[in-house]
Amino acid sequence: MSFAKSTASALAIAAVSATAAAAQSRDNVQVAGSSTVLPYASIVAEAFGENFDYPTPVVESGGSSAGLSRFCEGVGENTIDIANASRAIRDSEVETCASNGVDEIIEVRIGYDGIVFASQIDGPAFDAFTQEQWYNALAAELPQDGEMVSNPNTTWTEVDEALPDVEILTFIPGTRHGTREVFEENVLLVGCEESGAYDTMVNDMGMSEDEAEEACIGVRTDGQSVDIDGDYTETLARIEANPNGVGVFGLSFYENNTDSLKVATMADVEPSTETIASGEYPVSRPLYFYIKKAHLGVIPGLKEYASFFVSDQVAGQGGPLANYGLVPDPELEQTQQKIENETTISQEG
Amino acid sequence: MTDAPATIADASASRSKGSLLEKDARTKKRNAAETRFKAYGIIAIGIGLAFLAALVFSIVRNGVPAFTQTYVTVPITLEAETLDPEGNRDPADISGVMTFAYSPLIQQGLQSALEEADVETDMSASDLTKMLSSSAENTVRQRVVSNPDLIGETEEFRLLASSRVDGYLKGRVERADLERDRNLDAAHLDIVDQLQEAGVVSRTFNMDFILGTDASDNRPEQAGIGASMLGSFFMMLVVLALALPIGVAASIYLEEFAPKNKFTDLIEVNISNLAAVPSIVFGILGLAAFIQFAGLPQSAPLVGGLVLTLMTLPTIIISTRASLKSVPPSIRDAALGVGASPMQAVFHHVLPLAAPGILTGTIIGLAQALGETAPLLLIGMVGFIASNYPEGVASGFLDPNSAMPAQIYEWAKRADPAFYERAWGGIIILLVFLLSMNLLAIILRRRFERRW
Repeated sequence: MSFAKSTASALAIAAVSATAAAAQSRDNVQVAGSSTVLPYASIVAEAFGENFDYPTPVVESGGSSAGLSRFCEGVGENTIDIANASRAIRDSEVETCASNGVDEIIEVRIGYDGIVFASQIDGPAFDAFTQEQWYNALAAELPQDGEMVSNPNTTWTEVDEALPDVEILTFIPGTRHGTREVFEENVLLVGCEESGAYDTMVNDMGMSEDEAEEACIGVRTDGQSVDIDGDYTETLARIEANPNGVGVFGLSFYENNTDSLKVATMADVEPSTETIASGEYPVSRPLYFYIKKAHLGVIPGLKEYASFFVSDQVAGQGGPLANYGLVPDPELEQTQQKIENETTISQEG
Repeated sequence: MTDAPATIADASASRSKGSLLEKDARTKKRNAAETRFKAYGIIAIGIGLAFLAALVFSIVRNGVPAFTQTYVTVPITLEAETLDPEGNRDPADISGVMTFAYSPLIQQGLQSALEEADVETDMSASDLTKMLSSSAENTVRQRVVSNPDLIGETEEFRLLASSRVDGYLKGRVERADLERDRNLDAAHLDIVDQLQEAGVVSRTFNMDFILGTDASDNRPEQAGIGASMLGSFFMMLVVLALALPIGVAASIYLEEFAPKNKFTDLIEVNISNLAAVPSIVFGILGLAAFIQFAGLPQSAPLVGGLVLTLMTLPTIIISTRASLKSVPPSIRDAALGVGASPMQAVFHHVLPLAAPGILTGTIIGLAQALGETAPLLLIGMVGFIASNYPEGVASGFLDPNSAMPAQIYEWAKRADPAFYERAWGGIIILLVFLLSMNLLAIILRRRFERRW
């Protein structure tokens, strides 16, 4: 057999199939983004594939920022249709999108997710936390006698006598996670203000408000707080290896692993779908996905997928998403309207 | 210098003094050193074997449960007013009824199954269905849609039990674990015990794990590795179709025809270097070249295959060149001597003799590519993807799919511990493939290899 011939034919096959691929239009919805939204999106994608005559959408993870940057790459079949995000899109991202031709984006809020603080089930009694305790345990620098000194606390008892006498060891989401932003704003910043450190910095030490906020959310880098860039599974593995560790998890992840984790209250409120929906539990955040309007009507099933996602049967009370741990959005009806009318971010004003 | 002869004299003196049957101190020392060295070797092998045994043990212990699955047999009355509100048995109307409408029917079915088995409980119907997988509605709906005549009848359905019930039967879930579990109570397990005695709940071999598709996060009991196996298969087809001819052609030219100069030396060095490039680099290259520049679809096995081809080429070229080199020059000389052209000499004589080596190298290269995950991360083949079976050959290459190692990685990341078990089960299947490929390589080499 002539190898030159077979090489030539193999190359020809590759070339033909490549052109065929370019010519063939995509018939499935492509989704990427937040790993927190991924379980919800995959539940919806699966049910969508079962109930409609469209192929099951493809859902990739990788983080909110990574998803949004892929979303903003441009318009066309080789770009994704939907970006999942565990935070709202930033103005800078909207600008990047617009400069690449993605100027019409529809924002869809699917519900709320709680962020819980959990430790090993047989570990020390971490039962109740406050934001202030977390701030004092994790801040890089604390104000002391009119100066910023590096955090002297090494055990939880030094932070608060009510807490167990073990070394501070926390596993918090890394900076590429949307969860980190919520953690900084709803835990560290609130704790900073509650402890009076913020006022001290602004009033007594002459810091500007921005500088003080920056100092409030600065996390110590001496190894007592570890950034986790992977998924919650990685945080869980770290907790299992370190009995004294405390980790930051999503509510739904915790609820699936109650056999190895115990959860602590935050500011005396137990995290549950009820307390999060009522707004009592302080650390929760909305979850979103973003639709490229230019793809509506081009990619088959895109609008149907989006409306199915926020329909009452799916995202409402008692639906599969709520069963998995999503806290339903009380304003779901407005979101449904928004998809129906294809209202973009700029039209919302 | 002066004492050298004296030392020799000493040595000969001491040698002559000792008996042949009795070992002197130096011999003992040397023998001891040898014994120690042997012991180190045995310890090293022992440590290696211990690690291997631990690995195999944990894979088997964690993975084997994935091959069985718990099912609940439930008689379900398919009420006409729910499933066909118009009453005209129009397929379009019937498929317009969504899975949500089937939930009450399944609840009723489960309750009647409990009555038949004489199980008494004060649990509400919706609480009871927590024992079933959320795939139950779809299982029933699929059968109704494909066979509308069933509407109005009472049919027996074999439905998947939820992952926690399944875990209980496998010993993974303990009663104590369920106290704080929102998804299942210990009371459910009492019912499961009674149903198991009545034969309603049973654990059988799980063909769906081998043939099925991926499932979403709330139904690990339904997830299978079948679709991603096909993804891997199509990727391997691309790798084989491209890497083998290109690799063999390149190595034949370099080995038999190319002039030996600085340029070919440079190419040689580069090929060896390419073999050592981390695979993630090929992933970034694939993303930039095949998806962003050439416009090929994301998550497609074709792109995955192209990326893995780049990764496998150096392996194939190196092994092909080694086996071409091992053909003795006398074969070439004899062919040329009886008047064959250099090309005839290569294709009629050298290549057939080198073929077993080339095949072995190719198979090992393919096995390597089969187990590769890193480059696939970057071209969109990791995620909730392997949920559609491709329709036909073209869509096998172009439709979004995952690959076996990527699917295993994806499962290992998910929240529900039941996915973890499936990840180990997937490892068993992947290892079976790799071992059989390596075995094939060994058999081919044993049968066809010639030694000179």
